[in-house]
Order: sequence, then structure tokens, then C-alpha cells
Amino acid sequence: MAEDLINSFMTGPDENGRFGDFGGRFVSETLMPLILALEEEYERAKTDESFWAEMDDLWKHYVGRPSPLYFAERLTEYLGGAKVYLKRDELNHTGAHKINNVLGQILLARRMGKTRIIAETGAGQHGVATATVCARFGLKCVVYMGAHDVERQAPNVFRMKLLGAEVIPVTSGRGTLKDAMNDALRDWVTNVHDTFYCIGTVAGPHPYPAMVRDFQSIIGKEVREQIMEREGRLPDTIIAAIGGGSNAMGLFYPFLDDKDVRIIGVEAGGKGVDEKMQHCASLTGGRPGVLHGNRTYLLQDGDGQILEGYSISAGLDYPGIGPEHAWLHEIGRAEYVAITDVEALAAFQLCCQQEGIIPALEPSHALAHVVKIAPTLPADHLIVMNMCGRGDKDIFTVAKALNVDLTA
Amino acid sequence: MTRIDDTFARLRAEGRKAFVSYIMAGDPDLATSLEVMKGLPGAGVDIIELGMPFTDPMADGPTIQLAGQRALEGGQTLEKTLDMVREFRKDDATTPIVMMGYYNPIYSRGVSRFLDEAKQAGIDGLIIVDLPPEEDEELCIPAQAAGINFIRLATPTTDAKRLPKVLQNTSGFVYYVSITGITGAAAAQAADVAPEVARIKGATDLPVIVGFGITTPESAQAIAGVADGCVVGSAIVKLIGEGHAPAEVLARVSELAEGAHRA
Repeated sequence: MAEDLINSFMTGPDENGRFGDFGGRFVSETLMPLILALEEEYERAKTDESFWAEMDDLWKHYVGRPSPLYFAERLTEYLGGAKVYLKRDELNHTGAHKINNVLGQILLARRMGKTRIIAETGAGQHGVATATVCARFGLKCVVYMGAHDVERQAPNVFRMKLLGAEVIPVTSGRGTLKDAMNDALRDWVTNVHDTFYCIGTVAGPHPYPAMVRDFQSIIGKEVREQIMEREGRLPDTIIAAIGGGSNAMGLFYPFLDDKDVRIIGVEAGGKGVDEKMQHCASLTGGRPGVLHGNRTYLLQDGDGQILEGYSISAGLDYPGIGPEHAWLHEIGRAEYVAITDVEALAAFQLCCQQEGIIPALEPSHALAHVVKIAPTLPADHLIVMNMCGRGDKDIFTVAKALNVDLTA
Repeated sequence: MTRIDDTFARLRAEGRKAFVSYIMAGDPDLATSLEVMKGLPGAGVDIIELGMPFTDPMADGPTIQLAGQRALEGGQTLEKTLDMVREFRKDDATTPIVMMGYYNPIYSRGVSRFLDEAKQAGIDGLIIVDLPPEEDEELCIPAQAAGINFIRLATPTTDAKRLPKVLQNTSGFVYYVSITGITGAAAAQAADVAPEVARIKGATDLPVIVGFGITTPESAQAIAGVADGCVVGSAIVKLIGEGHAPAEVLARVSELAEGAHRA
């Protein structure tokens, strides 16, 4: 790690939206003025106390923040090693961390006078969060969702519709999350005047990766305070699951300069990270490329064509990763590992049984890594894992994977 | 001077507008698209835009998206697209070829390697949709240094403040995108386009070519009439997608070219 060369890991991105070589603004000319206007407005809002006062109020009374930092006593005992804490972001309104960011972007959209909000969604969590906040503020909401995901996430599609959103099934490309993002960008290029694109993760052109990270950083800031209160010191290891990487960036960012805090991101290993490429582990099994407005690690073939990822978790099913993660990976400040479907499913069940918490499949990946390392660590080692979503949405997928017929 | 500069000098001398046509390399297969490409100059095409297929064409409408998918399913690669150009150049040393697409396949190949190969193959210009002026160091500056024009898109959202930045490192011509939206979407109106072209020409000596939303000989004539020429893409690609034989496709290209040349 180039510690002696860098005073802080928290100063990025630079004025060009780069984290090292990653990030940037790789968008068509039609969108450039829009993302520059967004950057300008975000820079203004960042230092505007009234903006943050409104955020804090909504976080507290609408979302239910701060979310608890919970000592997983039985799990700790079961694993017989490190002390495991769970950051309970699954208790947020709408059941995941996604709403932390959506609130920030919708408040920005309102400041900019935009009346129509578009979003992409994979599992539907970001779509539900966006539809929710749009309903709260009386804004028109259009959600792009891969046709395949519309089918397998029917409850979330219905939720979005109840909340007044229009859900557009995406059939372009292969009809997955990345294609939903393509179609959302096509919508934005067409409706430049009234539309705000609410991106759900720390990816896309600058300023999205930094902006979404800043909104999600509430997670890590709360963890710092809560662990100091509980343990009187910082954690030794922090762990989060990564698709695009927004819950992880939110947890990691406030700890980047605490060099004694080990940071681990967990990618979706699907059926295994090998040449068959049936996974979504962009850092472990991909290489740098340019997609959706930024340079980052991507799953791609030898000719630079983007590959479809695969994971049991629709929320991790994306062939890229936020550029700041790519940078943290290259400089070695964070470690990135992959967990397979099978390992995540086992952790999912363990969490249900040991803690009475049904986790989403996304954080089940992070938990599976906790299960791997906690037994090897001493009892005074503190692990904080981000429980970024609840598993209600996943019960059908899990039942299928466990060969249980819910209709019988 | 590239073939593009030569072509515009000749057209200016003849008092003619440029007709630019777009096809997707490898759509629906390499042999067919090469046959169409070879026929384009004879059908009246002054500059050929050759699309490089990409899995995630964010700025393209369904017609060109599907063309890219057909090409990729047919096994098209950047190497084969370069081969197409090499093959074309065996019989045609003068018609300018502009490669159009997205950055990742080029980045993946390596910028300097790609530029060497592109120059040697006989490529004259590049239009890379997802490289705005903010990312000029990536490919635009190296391409100019290699003697390949980097043609920039200007759009209705490119305001007066931004226009100089867009024009700064542009060469060959300026491609004015006549609508906010994706390729093949709304119909471009000459009355809307004229003041925009005038605005751009007020800021550059480069030719201004208008594209997006031109589908008929009449609209080609109308739009070319208020600019230095026009581009037709989706309307031609659609015929290829419908399975029309190269001769039929080229017959329609001739009609469109005649429309533009009447302007």
C-alpha cells in the first residue's frame, strides 16, 4: 500500500471525477451539460446546512435512522471467534440501504426543479425506494427494470406500482440490470429538460459515484459513533457485500483513513469465479474497461464486449463495480473476495436460525465471509458487517434453491 | 489532410452537399455488410460511417441496437471490422471511412495499437459517442496525432458556453445531432436545425453535418439544405435488418443520396 505517498484516502475524486485512473465522465455530449449541472448543484447543496437539515429530518422520521448496531451474540458464540456486530440497515423504511441515497438525490432533483424521476433497478430495491420517495414528494416516477427481473421479482414490481410508479420492462440487449441502465440513459438523453436520473449505486458518470457514496456514508458515520459507544474503540474489520457497491462504500468511506481497520468487500461469486464467467465478481474476475459513464473493472470478453453476470442475488447481478472500489482494490486499501451462491445460501439460513433475522441474499454474501474468517480470529477482534437489506423479497428464490415448493 | 478534408474540399468546389451513410459492420454477417459497403460510393455516398458493434450502445435506438446484436451474434469483432476496411480499400482509395461506436472495444484493444491498425487499414476518422471533450486525453488527442480525424457530436444541449470546448479538438467535420434522443427516434425538422447549424458555423470553419432522425430523400434534401450535408443511418440499417438484399438496400441509398445532393 502506498501509505507514505497518500495523506488521505478520502480526498477523491479529483476535479475530473477520477479515483486514480478510475471513474470519469464517459457519456454522450447530450448528457454532458446535464451531469455538469448536477455536479454544480450537488457542490452547492453539500455545503448548504438547510439541505442536510432536511436530510437528517427525513432520515430520522421517515427512514428510521439511525439504524441499530447489533451485537450478534448467538452467531458470535456459534462461530467461536471474533465478536460480530451487524449494522441493521435492513430495518430502514423500504427494507434496505437504498433509500439513504434516494432521499438525497430526490431533494437535489427538487432543488433543480426537475419533475420527472427515472431510475434503473435490478432486484427492485432501488426501484421501490425511488418510487417511495417520489410518492412522498408527489413526483412522477419511471423505473426501468430488465424483463427477466420483472418476472422473478413480481412482488417488488407490484410495490412500485402501488406507490404510483410506472415500471417499464426492458427487453433491449438481454433484458438485465445493465440493459435497464442503458434504457434509463436513453430516456434521459431524450427527456433532458424535466428529468432527473436517480442512479442506485456508486457507479455512472461523475458526480454519481461520489454523490451516492456521500449519501450512503451515513452508514459508516453511525457505525463509528455506535461502536465507540459500545466498545470504546473502532472495529478491527468491516465487511460489506458488493454489486455496484453503494452499501459497502457507505460503510467503508468514513473508515478509509483508519489504517488499522481492515476493509473487506464481498463480491458475488455465483457458481464460481472461473473461465465460465458465471459470476458477478468484477474485481476478482474482470479487468478495467469503460461502461455506463465510468472506467472501472468490468466483466468483458477479449474484444471489450460486456458479459452478463450471474448471481443468485439479483441485486449483485451487475457486470461492473463502482470506480472508487476499483481504486481501493488497486492501491490495496481494501480487500475484495468472492462468495458463491452455495456459501451465501448457507449463511442466509444460519442467520435465520441463529439470530432470528432473515437477511437479503446480498448481505448473505458478506455474512458468508464473516462465517469464514470469524472462527480464525481472537475473541477481542471486532467485526462489523453491513446487513444492508432484509430477505422478504428473496424467500421465493431461496425456496426454489432449497427445492421447496411454496404452492404445495 | 485526410480523405475527409479532401472530400469536403471537392464537394465545396462542386457546390454540393455531402451525403453520409451509416451501416453496422458485420450486420447481419461480414460478407453481406462488406458487399453493401463496397456499393455505397456507387450509390452516391460521399463518406461512409462504419459502426463498430458494442453490447451496450447507450445512445442508440432499437434499430441500431439490433444491428449491433446481429453483428455480434454473427461473430463480428473489432479485428474483423478492421479487416472489412482493409478489404474495401483494395478497390477504393478515396472514399473516407469514419468508424463510429463506443470506447470500450478500443480501450480493450489498447489505444495506440488500435490507432496504428486503424491508420494502416485506411480509416480516416472516429466518432466515439461516449468520449466527450472532458475525456480528450483518452483517444481524441492521440488520434489527431496519428493523423486520424476525431469528429465530435454537438447536440441541442450544447449551449453557447460549452460549444467552444466541443469544437476545440474536433477535426474533419462537426456532427450535429438534430434531436435530443437516441438514433432513429424523432424526425428532424429543417426549420429547427437551421439556426443551430448557423450557430455552430459561427464558431468553426469545419463543415457541419446533421444526423439523427433523417429517413426520407425529402428530409435528406431539407436537412442537407441547411447544413453542409446529412447522415442517414437507421433508415438504411432497418432495411438490412428486414433482410433486404444488398442491391435493394443500395437502391434506397441512391434515392436518399439523390435527395441530399438535390439540396
